[in-house]
Amino acid sequence: MELLNILFVAPFLDMADSPVFFAEVVITGLLTGIMYSLVALGFVLIFKASGVFNFAQGAMVLFAALTLVGLMERGVPIPLALVGTVLVMIALAMLIERMMLRHLVNQEGIILFMATIGLNFLLEGAGQIAWGSNVKVLDIGIPDQSFEVYGILLNQFDLFAAGTGAVLVTTLAVFFQKTTIGRALRAVADDHQAALSVGIPLKTIWVIVWSVSGIVALVAGIMWGAKSGVQFSLSLIALKALPVLILGGFTSVPGAIIGGLIIGVGEKIAEIYWGPAFGGAIEGWFAYMLALAFLMFRPQGLFGEKIIERV
Amino acid sequence: MARNIGEVLLNVEGISISFGGVKALDGVSFDVKEHEILAIIGPNGAGKSSMLNCINGFYHPQEGMITFKGKPRHHMLTHEAAKQGIARTFQNIALFKGMSTLDNIMTGRNLKMKKNLLWQALYFGPALTEELEHRTKVEEIIDFLEIEAIRKTPVGKLPYGLQKRVELGRALAAEPDLLLLDEPMAGMNHEEKEDMCRYILDVNDEFGTTIVLIEHDMSVVMDISDRVVVLDYGRKIATGTPDEVRANQDVIDAYLGVSHD
Repeated sequence: MELLNILFVAPFLDMADSPVFFAEVVITGLLTGIMYSLVALGFVLIFKASGVFNFAQGAMVLFAALTLVGLMERGVPIPLALVGTVLVMIALAMLIERMMLRHLVNQEGIILFMATIGLNFLLEGAGQIAWGSNVKVLDIGIPDQSFEVYGILLNQFDLFAAGTGAVLVTTLAVFFQKTTIGRALRAVADDHQAALSVGIPLKTIWVIVWSVSGIVALVAGIMWGAKSGVQFSLSLIALKALPVLILGGFTSVPGAIIGGLIIGVGEKIAEIYWGPAFGGAIEGWFAYMLALAFLMFRPQGLFGEKIIERV
Repeated sequence: MARNIGEVLLNVEGISISFGGVKALDGVSFDVKEHEILAIIGPNGAGKSSMLNCINGFYHPQEGMITFKGKPRHHMLTHEAAKQGIARTFQNIALFKGMSTLDNIMTGRNLKMKKNLLWQALYFGPALTEELEHRTKVEEIIDFLEIEAIRKTPVGKLPYGLQKRVELGRALAAEPDLLLLDEPMAGMNHEEKEDMCRYILDVNDEFGTTIVLIEHDMSVVMDISDRVVVLDYGRKIATGTPDEVRANQDVIDAYLGVSHD
């Protein structure tokens, strides 16, 4: 009886008790969610455009953030350091195409996936050899003040992150759905050989996609790095992006965003209101439970394309 | 047929390619003239698809030379072959399954897009005008192939025969000079085959497109092709008009089998 009360009655009474606090929890969740979405976006981009699940996305976030901090530590002014990092990420995309993808045209998705696992270790290693493995502070001058609106506490930094996320997503969604390059990218994802036969230059397309996702990784790296310092564990936030992807669908840019928001809000609410029933620390595993439930009932995610296989 | 066959468009000279110990093609030579329909036939594993793959650059032959539009080449990249005016369809349909019929055929226009990447990315101004021009051209192809009703349907949901037609549409969208068709009628019923024959003849007649096709259905091959090349175990064993080939003893042996003792 008491268990039922703790699970199904008390949490809702708590929510009703203090609506302002509830709103604060939801907003904090939404803003954390945006940060998850930023990481998930990088995955979706590469998956949409090359059918590859890029295991190294987390390492790319780390690598981008390390490069930026490294440049700034050497006294490069912020705007120049940003440009420099973007160039490094583009160069990285070219290298990946040249050294890895070019040799794997027309291979199974799983083989490309294995290759990205290798890339993951390589990037983590290379980033730390080049820039050291200490925790670094990243401050690019985003204001970090808290203020109150209608009694709800908000943080400028989180709002800035949300704004950046929104701009990024709109741009990418339009780019993918409306432009010629977007169509070429989707074509490459569907069938390498057919794409080649209509004259789509596979190599150029790959460099574009990996560059774009490198830049998205940089944005995610800046946001996470500024929030919690640039450190090795940054590459692990990729793990949090997995449930986001399962919820949103691997092929949907809007799905990555909404999936991120649901996970963000869900885990905050679960932690605060249901945490006591489980002895706390739900936040760590709630997302994965939710993903598991989705895998069982809706494996293509909320917005993913349902693939019809004919035999 | 009273069509005016022109100069040699494609010349294949002594092409050989092997995979491991298997010689897929062994010194094959033939030519294709402008405005011609040439069929490549042969038993399974004769090297027909390998031949198409060499022509459009998927395979790089180890020996031999391919001359297209007077330009000899030893080795070519697939998207460059497409740029020079070679389009193709595949034995196992290779469409972009998640995309609509319209988008699939639009990808065929990819090479005709002139505006640079930045404009295309912005989808604005000249790029938008250009997109609309291409859209008009694509609608013509859709009309031509009578697939108006499935314009917006994701091709993964279409029945097999229609998918083959969409794939032909995508190849046509590039306005190719040379069209390679790998078993365009495989797995079709009689009616669908007749439709496909009609489209192939119309493409050849109205757009003047040169066509090289692989087909197993002999009545189709004999009906629509000007000339036939016969391959067996990677070698060319005969070439000529359908009637000549039909009467050739080597061809009959290759198809019916003969004891080699």
